[in-house]
Amino acid sequence: MLDEKVILMLLEGIRDTLYMTLFSTFAGYVLGLPLGIILNVTRADGLKPNRVIYRILDITCNIVRSIPFLILLILLIPFTRALVGQSYGSTATIVPLVICAAPYIARVVESSLNEVDAGVIEAAKSMGASDFQIIRKVLLVEAKTSLLTGMTITTGLLLGYSAMSGTVGGGGLGDIAVRYGYYRWQTDIMIVTVILLILIFQIIQNVGMKIANLLDHRKR
Amino acid sequence: MSEIEIRHLTKKFEVNKHWITALEDVNLSIESGDIYGVIGMSGAGKSTLVRSINFLEKPTEGQVLIEGTDLAELSGRELRKKRSEIGMIFQGFNLLEQKNVIDNVCFPLEIAGVKKKEASARAIELLKMVQLEEKERAYPSQLSGGQKQRVAIARALATSPKILLCDEATSALDPQTTESILKLLKEINEKLGITIVIITHQMSVVTSICTKVAIIDSGRLVEEGSVEKIFESPSSDAAKELLSGVKRQASSLEILPAYRVIRIVFSENSAYEPVLSNVILKFGVPVNILKADTKNVNGKAKGEMLLGLPDDPEVQEQIIAYLKERELIVSEVKDYAG
Repeated sequence: MLDEKVILMLLEGIRDTLYMTLFSTFAGYVLGLPLGIILNVTRADGLKPNRVIYRILDITCNIVRSIPFLILLILLIPFTRALVGQSYGSTATIVPLVICAAPYIARVVESSLNEVDAGVIEAAKSMGASDFQIIRKVLLVEAKTSLLTGMTITTGLLLGYSAMSGTVGGGGLGDIAVRYGYYRWQTDIMIVTVILLILIFQIIQNVGMKIANLLDHRKR
Repeated sequence: MSEIEIRHLTKKFEVNKHWITALEDVNLSIESGDIYGVIGMSGAGKSTLVRSINFLEKPTEGQVLIEGTDLAELSGRELRKKRSEIGMIFQGFNLLEQKNVIDNVCFPLEIAGVKKKEASARAIELLKMVQLEEKERAYPSQLSGGQKQRVAIARALATSPKILLCDEATSALDPQTTESILKLLKEINEKLGITIVIITHQMSVVTSICTKVAIIDSGRLVEEGSVEKIFESPSSDAAKELLSGVKRQASSLEILPAYRVIRIVFSENSAYEPVLSNVILKFGVPVNILKADTKNVNGKAKGEMLLGLPDDPEVQEQIIAYLKERELIVSEVKDYAG
């Protein structure tokens, strides 16, 4: 079963899965991190409370998050095609992954920042720090452990979603599992891909939590 | 010109569509070099008052002047500059948990745009002053409460402020640590000439280091003056309550006084005569000592006693007159509830 061709295919699958997962996490943070900061800053007891901005972002995030990923994947096909020229393959999958991840990341970031002690923020204000300095030097620094934990969880989630995109020809290990396991009844190959996915997930989770703990100075 | 001047300060908060008055028409002048205590029960509005001094709370009405500058007239940038000239320490220390000691002390300098090398040198100097130079690489989680407050003090002094605000800075500390922190604050006041404003609910903090005190009760300033004067002859109920530790709102049963209770205060020079023995011998009646204590008020020993007098009102008046003749300061204690 595991001849050279299959092994090569699995290796390509791993590469595509990592590409989709890591790139969509990165791009998701490019969009989601600022959104999360804005949500935290504009909430009622934030640095610059603003009901209108908060409500708009709040509702938008909830709407996008309430659409199941598989449906979002299909809904976004015209948009994806316009953006990257095709609607299948790993690069095309990144588009719905990012759209799905951004509001999720915004929420994760918001709740991490909400945990920062209000007293520390007040102390920074009393030193004459501007709102921008407080965001950069207090909020993001004090919340870094929680932010990294959130990022680890998000990466794991996107790994799962990237595999789900295999059902519509998304590429990567999920795609292989669907094509061989479901359409061709080659259960053995499906099992190998599932084991590979489990391994990748474990590595992401462990490395992420290790780094988060290593950088945390609150305990001890 | 006063260092800090508060004029007709009123602060109201909106809570669930109701307006709550935290401070009402407070007037206060704090001179340069003072260690000024603001004391009151919790919820009296003293924290709001100290936050008004650096405009963390903007007043609803009235003015706050720092060295003659009205804070309300400053732009955002100017206000932040002014805040950097006013240090502040807190009950919860409020250190950055993810930064080590030296980076915490450097933090206000980093905000002010001081070069890293210069900031580090200044921070080491300050850590020496608070006797924590060997802890510069430690993180706040590895320090005790007293050490954390010392770091916070060093941090508050980093930008060489002229004013230091202390918001219940010793309330989370044990008595010995409180004493050492207060000693440090006194040293800072003497060495650097910084004006210190101390918010507290503990009379012992005020009597041990403050030169002047204001008493806040339900959002109003009810009494103000030198600590010595208020310790000897408090005029407001709140002051008496804070001094005696006796609650005003006692239950109806406790309000019925068993007998008349008075508080006498004597200073060093009047402590020689055995006044109380003389009272008992002279009037031939028992006098009940309910509480006796000596306190250090700005370096002077002050004795204080709560006495329960006998039932006869005539004898009571005679005893009070006798004590006053001996130059003791006598005041009534209402609703003594033991």
